Amino acid sequence: MLNNFRLPDFTIPAALTRLGNRLPQLPPTLALVTTLNLALGRMIPREPLEMLIGKRFTIRVLDAGMTLRFSYGERGFRPLFDASKPDLTISARTRDFIALLAREEDPDTLFFDRRLLMEGDTDLGLLVKNTLDGIELPRFDAARLSPQELLHRLRARLNPSHGI
Amino acid sequence: MSAPLELVCPAGGLPALKTAVDHGANCVYTGFRDATNARNFTGLNFDDASIKQGIAYAHQRGVKVLVALNTFPLTDNWLQWTAAVDKAAAFGVDAVILADPGLMEYARRNHPKLRLHLSVQGSATNYEAINFYHQHFGIQRAVLPRVLSMAQVEHVVKNTPVEIEVFGFGGLCVMVEGRCALSAYTTGTSPNCQGACSPGKAVRYEETPAGMETRLNGILIDRFGQGERAGYPTLCKGRFEVDDETYYAIEEPASLNTLELLPELMRIGVSAIKIEGRQRSPAYVTQVTRVWRDAIDTCRRDPEHFKPTAAWMAELNKVSEGKSATLGAYNRPWK
Repeated sequence: MLNNFRLPDFTIPAALTRLGNRLPQLPPTLALVTTLNLALGRMIPREPLEMLIGKRFTIRVLDAGMTLRFSYGERGFRPLFDASKPDLTISARTRDFIALLAREEDPDTLFFDRRLLMEGDTDLGLLVKNTLDGIELPRFDAARLSPQELLHRLRARLNPSHGI
Repeated sequence: MSAPLELVCPAGGLPALKTAVDHGANCVYTGFRDATNARNFTGLNFDDASIKQGIAYAHQRGVKVLVALNTFPLTDNWLQWTAAVDKAAAFGVDAVILADPGLMEYARRNHPKLRLHLSVQGSATNYEAINFYHQHFGIQRAVLPRVLSMAQVEHVVKNTPVEIEVFGFGGLCVMVEGRCALSAYTTGTSPNCQGACSPGKAVRYEETPAGMETRLNGILIDRFGQGERAGYPTLCKGRFEVDDETYYAIEEPASLNTLELLPELMRIGVSAIKIEGRQRSPAYVTQVTRVWRDAIDTCRRDPEHFKPTAAWMAELNKVSEGKSATLGAYNRPWK
């Protein structure tokens, strides 16, 4: 049953982590801030985020070797180019960030399990977590990314008479 | 035959409320975005628009919405609490969960049709106290503090006309509910008056070579070694040095899980089971509501042969705080 699909537990291999550490961090940071800015005022309400204005954030995707630094201001999110101390750092593995976005895992559960760490201003972290939890997301269905489902959709696209 | 056991699930926001409704809650309990409830954390809870939407969503599906107004107002902020009662009544909630007798009197006088529940924060552990609240303020349900054994819960149920709600699952603390001063002592903020135990502004986590350190207002309260499960940053669950030994001197982080007691809770006539966790995300609410709905339905069909499944227990253990789940005081042999 695809409805019971759970994101598998995976960790990106250490060799790729080392590679990730050496790659420029700007492209993924730009992708993240662009996505956040697109969502701002639409899916993500601006008003509760006022407390974040002028604050510096770091997202560490541990197994991908990514450290994404950005800030929030009146005009939205923007990348940061210096490594000075952020107000809030959130660290987790790729798999757990995806599970959080998909609302498959609870952040407190990951914290108890030592898979999610929030360093710096905890109140900012709570604001971010609770604001994201309060958003009514269009349903992200991880099952739609399963190999069978992707194959099924690809077949349907190549042969529309079968439909989905 | 008494009314079926109600499943009361937590919601810190609209998505959590909706998922609780969708997965089988009979009631969802909520709070407004201020100090009038005991989960007053930054960014959590409902503004007017979202609570209205939540009430409409739940009522369309036959589910009740309760609003916790379970902190204690002071002289200078009394009007904020009475305004919250007025708002809850105007929005058409099914009950308000109160702890302060003054507020109960206000609600009874001004909103005689509004159903009142006595919060766990009211800390009423005997039927005389519960009956007093019933006679004077007309409370129709009481949430029992998590300190009573099963025999004591049964004794309360037998001696009161008030519906009894008990905690079935979720984080545990020292259970001095409504009277705990530990958070206020360390941070200046208490769950009783400001609605937050260990508020985010006082909490700092840091990964160090020795492990992850938790500080509360600058005071180191715990350090978790590699792979060791972490708990909430509360003083009662900190590790302290006592006589040259460092250990959980007050309480070890643990979660309550009473799934195996379901047949007994039903037999003694408990009216509702409460799931702790308004501070948790919609993912937790989904997981826990699903398991408890399934368990309650299974137990109702055949209480004699009810046994929690390994899958239910695994799902609940996964989201639990600390490294152990306990039956709490319910299975204490002594009273």
